[in-house]
Amino acid sequence: MSAATEVVPERASRLPSRWDLWLRQVAAIFWMEIEKNFLNRRSILIYLLAFLPLFPLSILAVVRPPANEWRDFNQMSVIYSALYNGLILRTVVFFGSAWIFMNLFRGELVDRSLHYYFLSAVRREVLVVGKYISGLVTSMVLFTGTTIISMLLLYFPHFYSQSARYFTEGRGLSQLLTYAGITMLACVGYGAFFLVVGLFIRNPIIPALLLYGWEWLNFLLPPLLKKISVIHYLNSLVPVPVSEGPFAVIADPTPAYIALPSMLGVTLIVLILAAYRIRHMEIRYGSD
Amino acid sequence: MSSPDQLIIFDNVSKFYGEILGVNRVNLQIAPGITSLVGPNGAGKSTLMNLMTGLLRPTRGTISLLGIPTDQPEQLFRKVGYCTQFDSFPRGVTGREFINSFLLVHGFDRKRASELTHLALERVNLVEAADRKVAGYSKGMRQRIRLAQAIAHEPSVLILDEPLNGLDPMVRAETIALFRKLAAEGLHLIISSHILHEVDMMSDRVVLVNNGYIVAEGDIHGVRDEMEEHPMQILIRCDQPAKLAAYVFAKDHVVEAKVHDDRRGLFVKTRDADRFYLMLNRAVAEGDVSIEAIAPVDDDLSAVYQYLIGTSGGSA
Repeated sequence: MSAATEVVPERASRLPSRWDLWLRQVAAIFWMEIEKNFLNRRSILIYLLAFLPLFPLSILAVVRPPANEWRDFNQMSVIYSALYNGLILRTVVFFGSAWIFMNLFRGELVDRSLHYYFLSAVRREVLVVGKYISGLVTSMVLFTGTTIISMLLLYFPHFYSQSARYFTEGRGLSQLLTYAGITMLACVGYGAFFLVVGLFIRNPIIPALLLYGWEWLNFLLPPLLKKISVIHYLNSLVPVPVSEGPFAVIADPTPAYIALPSMLGVTLIVLILAAYRIRHMEIRYGSD
Repeated sequence: MSSPDQLIIFDNVSKFYGEILGVNRVNLQIAPGITSLVGPNGAGKSTLMNLMTGLLRPTRGTISLLGIPTDQPEQLFRKVGYCTQFDSFPRGVTGREFINSFLLVHGFDRKRASELTHLALERVNLVEAADRKVAGYSKGMRQRIRLAQAIAHEPSVLILDEPLNGLDPMVRAETIALFRKLAAEGLHLIISSHILHEVDMMSDRVVLVNNGYIVAEGDIHGVRDEMEEHPMQILIRCDQPAKLAAYVFAKDHVVEAKVHDDRRGLFVKTRDADRFYLMLNRAVAEGDVSIEAIAPVDDDLSAVYQYLIGTSGGSA
């Protein structure tokens, strides 16, 4: 133990800058969290949710529905857009991100293990970054995977040769990549929101449901209010717009060059808020 | 006199949980060696420890450990290790993974983290169980693995909240020996306990806490001296305890005199031990009683605890 005073300068001399140390710490936190996110017993729920769209699509791959739309290759992009919007984006990505990102801190408070991080020689902001990146990678891998596999499952089983041409020569690949990009952006936006909700609110289910309702009712909102939602910016990027029904209030989609930086900017602000919160956070498990 | 960067300093620190008092107006300077925080459950010991490690933030006042404020974890925990009372762990980890992963979070490289993990496991005798899941450990093993995690990065201040809880007598003795060894190496050890004979065995200094206040501090005899207004209890082994009781009870500094159950001794409570011993010498010289032995029966922490806090401190 008396060697403690020697250890610090020795390590300091090996580390050329604080950034090196922070990167190393972010990596350590990232791998710990990744292991928890993917290999924990509780991860089964997130796998089930992530692969939810694949079950009906697998059945449809075997049994072709009788409706005419399903026999027309040109309708596939519209069907996928509806499926993506209704099931993948609004349900799987939304609730999956809620589960993953809320658990990053809230889960540790419930397990009473957050103090081990707080008792390590690591800036709490670094902790936020490490955990957020781990949540991001987890959600992106799972949900982008689902986005891609769902699209391929929809197209290929019944229209193999047309689909092959569509994805190699037509717009298929660019659409696939756009949907994958939107899913990633959704993980970034929803992730930051749920991370901060998990830090501020003891029962984060309620704000999650409120946001869910707000996002679903987005089509009814006046154009100005539409812009106070994640789904509006994500929908603006969708390659095949989906009809929102006869009661929808029509608003111009936000151009990608505004939607993308807006989402990232708000995410950054939310993450700064999370870092501030975690910087001032106390460990009082009894009251959490 | 130690410089501030060798001390743990509480400067007028108060902590309130809403309207509930945690600790109030704590002014404390802790020097290297083993310092025990003693007090009944709910006295504020854990609050003090959580405050000095930044897990709690003071409502008022400031705290520094070796000159480092508690809101700078990146510097603080290079020098400080804290073994809390929370008997919980990250899910699914083995003992080795538990220690190693947080050493990596500290910023150690993999090789050094692995070496330090092994050293820490050796120090708490858990090398053989290191690759088993912590969830399958006994309470004593969990206590030891948390201790290992707290000492693994070789801190110079070690804070231990009830560290002997759940340990069997043999491991308890080994752990106390480890604490002594660490203190001999120049570490600050701050240990909370309500098991008084253990505190007596290992502490250089005690800080008595009750209802959120520091009631007394110092070495055990120093604390006793702080309480001059409190009566001191002395057992006199003699042939005629009843006669001696009548003799001493007439003196104004004697508060109480009680014959021992075996009728061969007398408990006396006096506010002035020096005057009492002089008086006793006279009684012996006059041949009124024959005294076999005299012993202060309360010059230990338990008695101090009882005087100051008004409750028994419990036993091992």
